[in-house]
Amino acid sequence: MSGSLLITFDKVWKSYGQGEATVHALAGVDLAIRSGEFVAIMGPSGSGKSTAMNIIGCLDTPTAGTYSFMGIDAGRLDRNRRAMLRNLYVGFVFQGYNLLPRTTAVENVELPLIYRGAAARERHDLAMKALAEVGLVGREHHTPAELSGGQQQRVAIARAIVTRPTLLVADEPTGNLDTARTHEIMELLTRLNTELGLTIAMVTHEADVAAYAERTIRFLDGHVASDAVNLEVAQP
Amino acid sequence: MIWETVRLSLLSVRRNVLRSFLTLLGIVIGVAAVIAMLTIGSGTTEKVKADISKLGSNLLVVRPGRPAGPGGPGGLDQATNPLGSKELAALVAHLSGARAISPASQKQVRVIFGTESLTSGVTGTDSAYLDARDWKLVSGRPFSDSEIRSGTGVCLIGETVRQQFFGAGDPEGEIIRVNRTSCKIVGLLEPKGYTGFGQDQDNVVLMPLAAYQRRIAGNRDIDSIYVAADDRTPTTELLPRVEDILRDARRIPPDREDDFSIRDMTQIADAMASATTTMTGMLGAVAGVSLLVGGIGIMNIMLVSVTERTREIGIRLAIGAHEKHILIQFLVEATVLSLLGGIIGILIGLALAGLASLTLAIPFAPSLAVILLAVGFSALIGMVFGFFPALRGARLDPIDALRHE
Ligand SMILES: Nc1ncnc2c1ncn2[C@@H]1O[C@H](COP(=O)(O)OP(=O)(O)OP(=O)(O)O)[C@@H](O)[C@H]1O
Ligand SMILES: [Mg+2]
Repeated sequence: MSGSLLITFDKVWKSYGQGEATVHALAGVDLAIRSGEFVAIMGPSGSGKSTAMNIIGCLDTPTAGTYSFMGIDAGRLDRNRRAMLRNLYVGFVFQGYNLLPRTTAVENVELPLIYRGAAARERHDLAMKALAEVGLVGREHHTPAELSGGQQQRVAIARAIVTRPTLLVADEPTGNLDTARTHEIMELLTRLNTELGLTIAMVTHEADVAAYAERTIRFLDGHVASDAVNLEVAQP
Repeated sequence: MIWETVRLSLLSVRRNVLRSFLTLLGIVIGVAAVIAMLTIGSGTTEKVKADISKLGSNLLVVRPGRPAGPGGPGGLDQATNPLGSKELAALVAHLSGARAISPASQKQVRVIFGTESLTSGVTGTDSAYLDARDWKLVSGRPFSDSEIRSGTGVCLIGETVRQQFFGAGDPEGEIIRVNRTSCKIVGLLEPKGYTGFGQDQDNVVLMPLAAYQRRIAGNRDIDSIYVAADDRTPTTELLPRVEDILRDARRIPPDREDDFSIRDMTQIADAMASATTTMTGMLGAVAGVSLLVGGIGIMNIMLVSVTERTREIGIRLAIGAHEKHILIQFLVEATVLSLLGGIIGILIGLALAGLASLTLAIPFAPSLAVILLAVGFSALIGMVFGFFPALRGARLDPIDALRHE
């Protein structure tokens, strides 16, 4: 809760299109997330949640304003430098899992390590360890098509944490899962947050999912409408 | 990293076996065509060289009539002054640097033994002929000097003639009829097979020139004079000497051109060999064009592959791949694909060339250089035609790519 500042938005704008047709996905957002926090981001469709998440994850850059990540002005870095930041410090979990098809679980998890230049042996060991951490022992050599949605999302989480990132960016991680699976995944994320000290920024539409986080930020029309500490943190 | 990428691209080839195969087809056909063409071509060149050296190496052939052009078919104009014993005698008396000088007159003539008959190339010549043409006897003896001088009815026969009349039997001492005159066989010539132009070199009968002139030609003309250079004398040096002696013997004034032609078989051999080499090169180039078409096939499929795998590219970019990683991945994939095509093409090309060498009876002459070149070229094609699609993939925006479906 009292970690150093990891993420700050200073009057961040993100605009698409030109002239009359300009859409401001983010309209001067100010925001700060400390390291070790578990933050839920909520808000109606089109309010700018994913846009903010892409900037937080260094996938995208603001049109105006400053985004700093770990004290670095990440909004002004070039593609390859941002790729390096992502590889070193950020893990992604998406609604649609986004695993490589026809590629085994362990190979999927090894992927970020390949771009770090890790040796094959080390990659394999780390990937197996990460799969164990998400509770997927015995499914390492299954391809996504042979895994259930919940299992696929576990593989995606293993892939996100295999590099021991500082930040986990999760855009609707439970959006495709049933209630039971949703709570399993949320318990996993909570455990990663408390045990590994992983900072988590997570978009969700569901209040009971947001309840796992310590803090909820609500977006509305590209603005932060509310930012509050959750009074009741859901207990596993 | 690079091995990882190669393994990955082989994997993606395996995932789409049919599509990969169809993509490769262009490269396979191109490389197979180039390899087959060049291998068959160099086999043909070897064959032509061997054939022409069978005609006799270091050999000059003198014919009457003006030369039609350099190396062209001269001496066919019979209206001009024919060659005779005068020219032969002059060459024998004055020419230095020759190993053998021999006259030859020939005609296709019906040869009969018992009830069998055969149209054969009958040549009237002397005992130096075998030496000039580098022909050998399997059995029997060459003509004696007295047989040459008096034009006795004796002959040497080729293998085809023997088989026609005597099967595997011994022809020596048998009498055959050549154009209604009798001829006693005194020897059998070593088999030489067919020339590259399909001429049976064993369907021949040799007899003394005087006998041929008297009993078959009915004149004293000599169709051609063969001059074989000795080991120390190149034909290019011998040729002007022959020309001088013949001009002198035929009393051609200095302001008149030669009324005879001298063909240098070595030069003809070289010219023919270089002609087949040129042909080979041209066919190879034509086949090379199909390689280019194969390259376009690679480009097409790589574009499709990049589009299909936009999401994959997005995932890779999101988890930290640099532009160069994506670029290399697709470049390696294109290169592996076209190399694979190249290797299959080489195997098919060599098989085709092997088949051709069996059916056309030419030597199988695969060249390592050509094979390596084909490997290198197909890799290059993969890289060149794979570059644009790969760059397109590498330049994708990760967010757009992730959203792609
Ligand atoms: N590439 C783009 N080009 C144009 N407009 C865009 C683009 N990306 C997002 N937008 C617009 O920006 C706004 C915010 O989009 P965003 O994806 O951040 O919404 P969201 O809060 O994630 O919504 P949802 O809950 O449906 O996922 C929307 O109006 C959207 O149409
Ligand atoms: Mg969204």
